[in-house]
Amino acid sequence: MKKITARPYSLRDVPFHYCPGCMHGIAHRLVAEVIDELGVSGRTIGISSVGCSVFAKHYFNVDMIQAAHGRAPAVATGVKRVLPDRVLFTYQGDGDLAAIGIGDFIHTASRGEKITTIFVNNTVYGMTGGQMAPTTLIGQVTKTTPFGRSVEINGNPIRVCELIAPVEGVAYVERVSLHNPKEIIKAKKAIKRAFEMQLNGIGFSLVEALSACPTNLGLSPLEAIKWMEEKMIPFYPLGVYKSPAGVV
Amino acid sequence: MRRFLMKGNDAIGEGAILAGCRHFFGYPITPQSEVAHYLAKRLPEVGGLFMQAESELASINLVFGAACAGARVMTASSSPGVSLMQEGLSFLAGSELPCVLVNIMRGGPGLGNIGPSQGDYFQATRGGGHGDYYTIVLAPNSVQEILDIMKKAFDLSDMYRMPVVVMADGIMGQMMEPVVIDEEKSVEIPPRPWATIGRDYHEDRNEINSLFVVLEEMEEVNLRLLHKYEEIRAKETLCEEYMLNDAEVALVAFGTVSRICRAVVDKAREQGIRAGLIRPITLWPFPYDVISRAAKSAQCLLAVEMNMGQMFEDVEIGAKGRVPVYHYGRLGGMVPLAKDILEELKKVSERGGTGR
Repeated sequence: MKKITARPYSLRDVPFHYCPGCMHGIAHRLVAEVIDELGVSGRTIGISSVGCSVFAKHYFNVDMIQAAHGRAPAVATGVKRVLPDRVLFTYQGDGDLAAIGIGDFIHTASRGEKITTIFVNNTVYGMTGGQMAPTTLIGQVTKTTPFGRSVEINGNPIRVCELIAPVEGVAYVERVSLHNPKEIIKAKKAIKRAFEMQLNGIGFSLVEALSACPTNLGLSPLEAIKWMEEKMIPFYPLGVYKSPAGVV
Repeated sequence: MRRFLMKGNDAIGEGAILAGCRHFFGYPITPQSEVAHYLAKRLPEVGGLFMQAESELASINLVFGAACAGARVMTASSSPGVSLMQEGLSFLAGSELPCVLVNIMRGGPGLGNIGPSQGDYFQATRGGGHGDYYTIVLAPNSVQEILDIMKKAFDLSDMYRMPVVVMADGIMGQMMEPVVIDEEKSVEIPPRPWATIGRDYHEDRNEINSLFVVLEEMEEVNLRLLHKYEEIRAKETLCEEYMLNDAEVALVAFGTVSRICRAVVDKAREQGIRAGLIRPITLWPFPYDVISRAAKSAQCLLAVEMNMGQMFEDVEIGAKGRVPVYHYGRLGGMVPLAKDILEELKKVSERGGTGR
C-alpha cells in the first residue's frame, strides 16, 4: 500500500486536546509541514503562549518554550539575540497577542526581529471559557458581553494586520483563513513565506489565521464555518497586507 | 591584580562582565540607570549585547528567553520596576532558569522617591511573585563586595538553576571605593543540557515550561524546588559577625545600614557598652542560626533598617522569643544617623531583657 500522507516530522505523536471543530490542529500541522519543508526542524525553537494553544509546547517536535501571558515575542527575541542563526516562531491567540501582549508584539515588530508570529484569531477566549477577545465582533455574544459587544462599553475590535503592516521593521503580513481546503492551502503558502522572510533576514513576519471556536461560539463545527464566512471574514479581509514590496 | 577607584553601579556591571555575563536587557529607572549606562558601553567591547527594552515586563521576559538559550544573562532595575518583573521572576523560578536581577532599591510604596531604601525586603525574601518559591537574595555592603558578589550570584543561579537577586540602594550605587580586580581569574560556565537551542544541538528534545496541569506532577515539581531550597538553606547562608562573642546588645543590619552600624558598635564600646553586629549577606536564606546563637548570649537584639521593620520579623523568628527584639528604622529614603542608632542602642541596652 502506498503511503500518501503522514504526520509531519515536526509534530509529535501525542494526542491533541483541542475541541471538535477547533482549527488549532490545522494551524499546527501547517506550521510543522513548513518547518519540515524548509529543513529547519533541528534549529527551530517555538514559543507557545497562554490560552488553549499553550499546549503547543507539547505538540511540536522542536525545542519549545512556554512563555508568560503576552510575552512570547519578548521571549523569542531573547533567544534570537543569543542565537541569531536559529529559527524562532511564536504561536499566539487573540487574547495573548492583541490584548495583554500587544505592547510586546508592536515593539518586537518595530525592532524588525527576525522571528515569525503565527496569530490565531477566533474572536473569543477559549481556555477561560468564552469571554470577549480584543477581536470579538460588534454585537457578538460572549460570556462577558451577554448582550453583544457594544462600542460604547467595550470599544472596537482590533484589526491586527492593518495595525502592524505600516510599522517599519515588519517584512511580511498576511491574513489567511482555515475554514476550507482552498484557504488552508493558501494559509500554508503564507506561513512558508513568513518563515522565508526570517530565514532571509528581512524582518519580522506575521500570519494571522482566522479560525473557529465552535465550543465557545455555541455553534456546531459546520455552523461555525458558516459564521466565519458570513461575519468574520467580511470584517477581517483576507490577503497580503505587507511584503518586501511594501504595504498593500 | 589591578586596583581601581570604582562606583557601585559600575561595579555591578563590571562584576557581571567578570562573571562571564554577556547579555543585559533592561529599562531605565533612577537610581539604577547607571548600571545600564555602564553596560551599554562595556558589553559591546567584550562581544556582548546590551539591549534597552520597552518596559520592565519586556526586560524580564527577554532575560527569560536569553536564559532559555543558555546565556548568562541579567537585568537591573529599581523598586517599581522590580515590582513589574515579579510575574517574570515567578516564571523563571517555575521554569528553573538561571539569571541575575539587581534591585537598587528606592523609597516607596508607589512611585515613592529615588532616595535609598530597604523597603523591598519582604518582596525579595518571600519570592516576590505568585506561587511557592524563593530566590536567593544577596546584599553586599561595599563596592568590592558588589564586584565579587556578582560572580557569586551568577554561579549560584547556575548551580541551582534559579534567579538570584542582588539588593542594594542608591548610596551603594553612587559610592566610590577602591577595588581590586583579578583579571587572571578564569570563568567556568557550567554546561546547559536543558537549554532550548534547537534539537540538532543536544540530545532528544527540550521543553522549558512552568505549566503542570496534572496536580501530582505540579506537586512533584514543588517538592523538587523545596528540596533545592532546603539544600541552599543548609549550604549557602552567608553572614558577617562583628564583636559578637561578648555582646550584650547585638545590632542586626544589612547593606548600607550595616556600615553605619559597624561604626556605632565601635562608638558604643568606647563608651563601655558591649555591642556587636550581625550582618546578613544572604537575606534569603536568612542566617537564623547566628541570630539564634546571639539570642542565647546577648540580652537583646536591635534590627536597624531603612524600612518599617521587615528584616526585624526574621530576627524575631531567629530569636525564638528568647530575648527582646527591637527595631529602629528611618523611612522614606532617609538614612539612619550613627548618633541616633547609638541613642537607640543605649535605650535598649538599659531596657535589656525587660520587654519591648
